[in-house]
Amino acid sequence: MNAQEQWIALSTIVRKEVHRFMRIWVQTLVPPVITMTLYFVIFGSLIGSRIGSMDGFSYMEFVVPGLIMMSVLTNSYSNVVSSFYSAKFQRSVEELLVSPTPNYIILLGYTIGGVARGLAVGFIVTLVSLLFTELQVHSLPVMVAIVVMTSVLFSLMGFVNAVYANSFDDISIVPTFVLTPLTYLGGVFYSISLLPEFWQGVSQLNPVLYMVNAFRYGILGISDINVGFAFMGVGAFILGLYLYCLSLLNSGKRLRA
Amino acid sequence: MTTALSIRGLQKTYDNGFEALKGIDLTVEQGDFFALLGPNGAGKSTTIGVICSLVTKSAGEVSIFGHDIDRDFAAAKKELGIVPQEFNFSQFETVEHIVVNQSGYYGLKKSVALERTEKYLKQLGLWDKRHTQARMLSGGMKRRLMIARALIHEPRLLILDEPTAGVDIELRRSMWEFLQEINAKGTTIILTTHYLEEAESLCRNVAIIDQGQIVENTSVKALLKTLNRETFVLDTREALAAVPKVADYELKLVEEHCLEVDVEKGQSLNELFAGLSEQDIHVVSMRNKANRLEELFVSLVNANAAMQPDQEVSA
Repeated sequence: MNAQEQWIALSTIVRKEVHRFMRIWVQTLVPPVITMTLYFVIFGSLIGSRIGSMDGFSYMEFVVPGLIMMSVLTNSYSNVVSSFYSAKFQRSVEELLVSPTPNYIILLGYTIGGVARGLAVGFIVTLVSLLFTELQVHSLPVMVAIVVMTSVLFSLMGFVNAVYANSFDDISIVPTFVLTPLTYLGGVFYSISLLPEFWQGVSQLNPVLYMVNAFRYGILGISDINVGFAFMGVGAFILGLYLYCLSLLNSGKRLRA
Repeated sequence: MTTALSIRGLQKTYDNGFEALKGIDLTVEQGDFFALLGPNGAGKSTTIGVICSLVTKSAGEVSIFGHDIDRDFAAAKKELGIVPQEFNFSQFETVEHIVVNQSGYYGLKKSVALERTEKYLKQLGLWDKRHTQARMLSGGMKRRLMIARALIHEPRLLILDEPTAGVDIELRRSMWEFLQEINAKGTTIILTTHYLEEAESLCRNVAIIDQGQIVENTSVKALLKTLNRETFVLDTREALAAVPKVADYELKLVEEHCLEVDVEKGQSLNELFAGLSEQDIHVVSMRNKANRLEELFVSLVNANAAMQPDQEVSA
């Protein structure tokens, strides 16, 4: 396929993915917004008002970046894992596999679809957060770059999960038992400086901590970790996962007999 | 003549050790209407799966209009349209989206895609259903949708894996006409089917595959010439109480107004009718008991089975 044909194939996959999550917006866009609104009300307003300040900011201001990031990464992951696994389950993925579309375009298309949903939900959650607090921007490039990179990373992770999944149960195991604990313990609700030294060290093994803190740095200008290191780490994970996903597609693992 | 499909030494052994294809050689010429026949589990769908790259081959070479599917996969895939046995589209997308999206995967511009979508949906009687979700379609409509989708990039080779399975007779006939029409316009067609009448009516050449091997590959006409015996069913005006005797013919009484007789190749039917007339038995109608190709198919598959050692089928 020449470059123009590849562009058409890519835009077709992206359009299909966006159309899919927009068609079922009640399942894809509304629930995360309701969940995050409850977080804002309960943790930010009700409980947060009694906590006081955190790293020099009100608790609501502190928690908002983490909650936005949490909604972005979970929705990027969910979009790709559910869409690609459904395509596998219904065998509609064969439409792509029999076509001349190169594997890297397939992977890119699904990833962009995941990023689109992650950013759409993140944007709506950000708008909702404005009802509860004022949002400042310390560094727009850092904020945008880390949110997009995190979304890409979790979209790729969703792709791996979808390739290996054999049932719909399999696509909920990782979000329930891996993503949720990592997110909750990833500095969304607290600064790791509050933890004993040992648990600070353990927390630094959690990749979500770096993404949440880099995003919080973009908004508030504060971080528990080195932001430069966060970018390098996320970048390295994206490269590694992208190559792994591509090797899965090229080998046809779980996709071709 | 240009070769549409060339398969050389194709082998496929699944992870569980089952040898689905044992070195198949097959050539289909451009413009042909070709039947690939075989019993369940013979290797037909595996062969098609390898051609369209949904099954990874263990050994061998496949090329489509001269494009090797390994070395020149994009060009090979552009030449190929595939209509699989199972429905493999998103049940929640509309008919139009399914077809238009497929054209996008082949890099077709939107204007071309929309024009062709209208053309093929109209030809296949689905234009009125273009905004309907696929899951709301009848079985026959879903089959036609898969044909429209396979044709959207106008491939020179179209492979249909049992396209008329579960389709009513009227619709089957209309699909035959459509396939004959596109074949006449130059599209090479390979068809697998369990309806041997379909293969006999539509196809010029045939290959019979059994237990992963090609056991026959010739023209339908040449194959039918090898038929040594045919069984005819005779309907009689008179009710018969016993089996009539006619020299050189073995007759069977199926019911009181119906006889069956096996006729060897070259054997005259006149003597049979003369013998029955002498006994005041009048034949009012006559037909083949089974489709002629079906008889050959059964005999070839049975002969091949007798030559093979016992093998567990576990694909």
